[in-house]
Amino acid sequence: MEPSLVTSIGKIQLERPMMLASGILGISLDVFNRLYRSGAGAVVSKSLSTEPWDGYPNPTIFSVNGGGWINAVGLSNPGAPTFAKMIESNKDVPIIVSLVGSIPEDFEMMVKQFKNCKVTAYELNLSCPHVAKVGLEVGDDPELVKKIVSIVKNSTHVPVIAKVGLGTTHYLNTVNAAIDSGIDAITAINTIRAIAIDVETQRPILSNKFGGLSGTPIKPGALRCVYEISSKYKIPIIGCGGISTWEDAIEFILAGSSAIQLGSAIGDNWIHVFNDINQGILQYMKRKGYSKIDEMIGLAKKS
Amino acid sequence: MQRNRNHTKICIIEKVIDETPTVRTLIFSDDVMSAVLPGQFAMVWIPGVNELPMSVMISQESGKAAFTVRRHGSASTGLYNVQVGQQIGVRGPYGNSFDLKQGKLLLVGGGTGLVPMMRLLTFVKPYDDVTILIGAKSKNEVFFEDLANNLLKNNSHRVIVTTDDGTYGEKGFVTNMVEKLVNENRYDGVYTCGPEIMMYKTVQLAHSKGLFVQASLERMMKCGVGICGSCCVGEDLVCRDGTVFDGDHLLSNKEFGHFHRNKAGILENY
Repeated sequence: MEPSLVTSIGKIQLERPMMLASGILGISLDVFNRLYRSGAGAVVSKSLSTEPWDGYPNPTIFSVNGGGWINAVGLSNPGAPTFAKMIESNKDVPIIVSLVGSIPEDFEMMVKQFKNCKVTAYELNLSCPHVAKVGLEVGDDPELVKKIVSIVKNSTHVPVIAKVGLGTTHYLNTVNAAIDSGIDAITAINTIRAIAIDVETQRPILSNKFGGLSGTPIKPGALRCVYEISSKYKIPIIGCGGISTWEDAIEFILAGSSAIQLGSAIGDNWIHVFNDINQGILQYMKRKGYSKIDEMIGLAKKS
Repeated sequence: MQRNRNHTKICIIEKVIDETPTVRTLIFSDDVMSAVLPGQFAMVWIPGVNELPMSVMISQESGKAAFTVRRHGSASTGLYNVQVGQQIGVRGPYGNSFDLKQGKLLLVGGGTGLVPMMRLLTFVKPYDDVTILIGAKSKNEVFFEDLANNLLKNNSHRVIVTTDDGTYGEKGFVTNMVEKLVNENRYDGVYTCGPEIMMYKTVQLAHSKGLFVQASLERMMKCGVGICGSCCVGEDLVCRDGTVFDGDHLLSNKEFGHFHRNKAGILENY
């Protein structure tokens, strides 16, 4: 029997386990459709704020010698109300709406904007490492995380995911706070706060100086987080961080991920990467005799 | 070892040429940038100021390349103000190139959109019959006319300048001249780069006559590598799928000729 790529993240069912990570390519419904046709099981939008944000001036991205990227795009986005209108006509694509804000009321206001939209889930950005007062600064405050998760859970019946990262508070405390407040799944991890300096001009390259490191350099650390979360909690996990090959994807599944997000790999391998990884996973499943993704989730912890 | 195109190379500006009161060409040495294809672009870092996508201008000297920039926003003005001896960072080249046909060719350029057209001229064959239209608002904004004549000196060719106010060359919009020429001639290829409305009309006119036409698009860019999504036009990413697109593909794109996105990603009318 042909293996199936269908996977479940709690109540969220996807045809394929690969997703577009937040912040990547996420501002046009036409592009979402193209990514879906190219093999993505779902797309996560750019993180939306209550109002439009321009983000930081360029340079906003830096290619690290040896692999990976540092970006400080600065959460540029059209704002939740405009974005909601943009995706109102969506029928086909599983869209996960990423939200970023400072206070619980920001998130409550934004969820209301999507009442006429097909939204597969909300992903709360508790981990962007390069914008003040939001993202990681919120995730580092477990009491605030509890309030935000509670208010969003009370505002919608759609599943809610928390995206965590490595900040000044132990990330497992953030995970714990989100689970206590009824979160449906965890995405781990976001980019890691980083900087790049040009030796010729002797200055930081990014206009914001600090950015977030993504891509292959963070993969082993991200994998460690997925393994730790799945060892400690019974919560569906979406693995994210440096995944660029089918072997990477399988590693994250074996560590306990029900699905996988990627972004940086698109900069290197373009959007064919989704289909390439899907095919690789299918071949692996055939070779190992698995019929469902579910059979492989967390297997590495048994050894 | 081949250079990783995503890694910024620091280059020193060696010469600055004033093309018009608002347009300058900055020349630097770099083998990689001197050999890019027409339509390809570089991300250009002005340390402490900004980074912006620039089509790579040809230089008459081997091993050298240039950027021709009109001062407009903060980033382009920052590049415009770079002096001889100052450092800039360059990464790329990114993007695709034109499918250059042979025979009777029409090139239509406006403003700094002439840059990829000039590079395209270096690829025409001696037996090609080439017409290039240079569109400008007024006489003091015309540049690259002599360069075009010089690049085409071995070809059967015409360089036609149009100015909106009639202070130089033919009076009227460059697209009026495009209409006249595609009505009177059967071109094997039509190529355009410049203001989007100019390109939109040129593509429409050429396409309506069944001519092969391509345009090199410009959009706001942050990453240049297909990650940030800033440059999307419908489902196309200018940095990765373009900058050059076929006319029939563009005319099926709802955004081409009508909308661009601002820094927040919101569609704005042209």
